[in-house]
Amino acid sequence: MKKWMQFLVLITSITSTSVLLASGGMGEGGEGSQMPTVTNVKWKAECSSCHMLYHPGLLPERSWNKMMAGIDNHFGENASLDNATRDEITHFLAMNSADKQVNRRSSRINQSIPSNATPLRISETRYFTSKHDEVSAATFKRKSIGSASNCAACHKNAEKGDFSESQVKIPR
Amino acid sequence: MRNSFVLVGLLFSINAFAATPQELLKQYEVEAKQESPAFSGFSSDRGASFFRTERTHSDGKKVSCSTCHTSDPRNKGKTRANKVIEPMAPIVNPQRFTDAAKVEKWFGRNCKDVLERTCSAQEKGDYIQYLVNVK
Repeated sequence: MKKWMQFLVLITSITSTSVLLASGGMGEGGEGSQMPTVTNVKWKAECSSCHMLYHPGLLPERSWNKMMAGIDNHFGENASLDNATRDEITHFLAMNSADKQVNRRSSRINQSIPSNATPLRISETRYFTSKHDEVSAATFKRKSIGSASNCAACHKNAEKGDFSESQVKIPR
Repeated sequence: MRNSFVLVGLLFSINAFAATPQELLKQYEVEAKQESPAFSGFSSDRGASFFRTERTHSDGKKVSCSTCHTSDPRNKGKTRANKVIEPMAPIVNPQRFTDAAKVEKWFGRNCKDVLERTCSAQEKGDYIQYLVNVK
């Protein structure tokens, strides 16, 4: 092999290794603590017409499956979808669920749920309650918030999966 | 080749859903005649009273269309999960009643939530007639 070719191979391998290392390193550091950007047109349209858009990384796959199977009675409301739309959204949620994510927050949510439990409300997970133990019930009931299900009232980037503490602003 | 067939089919089906409120009323009229031979047209007044009439849901709460849409359909409403609902009256929100699939989806959901049954074509037509008449 010619000398310049050997050099090229060497440079290429070094570059790709460092790229891999850099992305792996990010996974554990700053960005890795937040949920990744995910997108699906039907998920976005259907799941945000009545409430804020919840990131799939907030619940494990079994929770999403149970929720979508009972979509005709969704926390007391009929949110029925045609079968094709329901199946596509269920698949999307499952593929990006908390037990399929490598980011720190999803892992911790997932670890806080007993293996025999299938919660439908994120606010009932031990992770959520321990993170919000200093927020009173009265605060959650403020008109500007409504309930604990309205993440975006205090976490302005909640719909993007960003729940970092530095972004929290509790409205009056 | 197969893909282009699918694409053409998709375009047609999207077109099939695009409609005007008047076209939707005609479709519901056809259905209403099938439901009842005595059908004698849609009534804006019946639609108005349908929109506001409260009933007691089996969960004990009083509900009507106005619970979420407010009693004036020119206003924005709010879902139970605190999300804004754009106004129902086409005079302030021309997007309303222009997508047959969307209209059927929401009648399907909301009739079951409010009335705990499906709505008849007569009721759907009265409802749309009322809303298009709101000035």
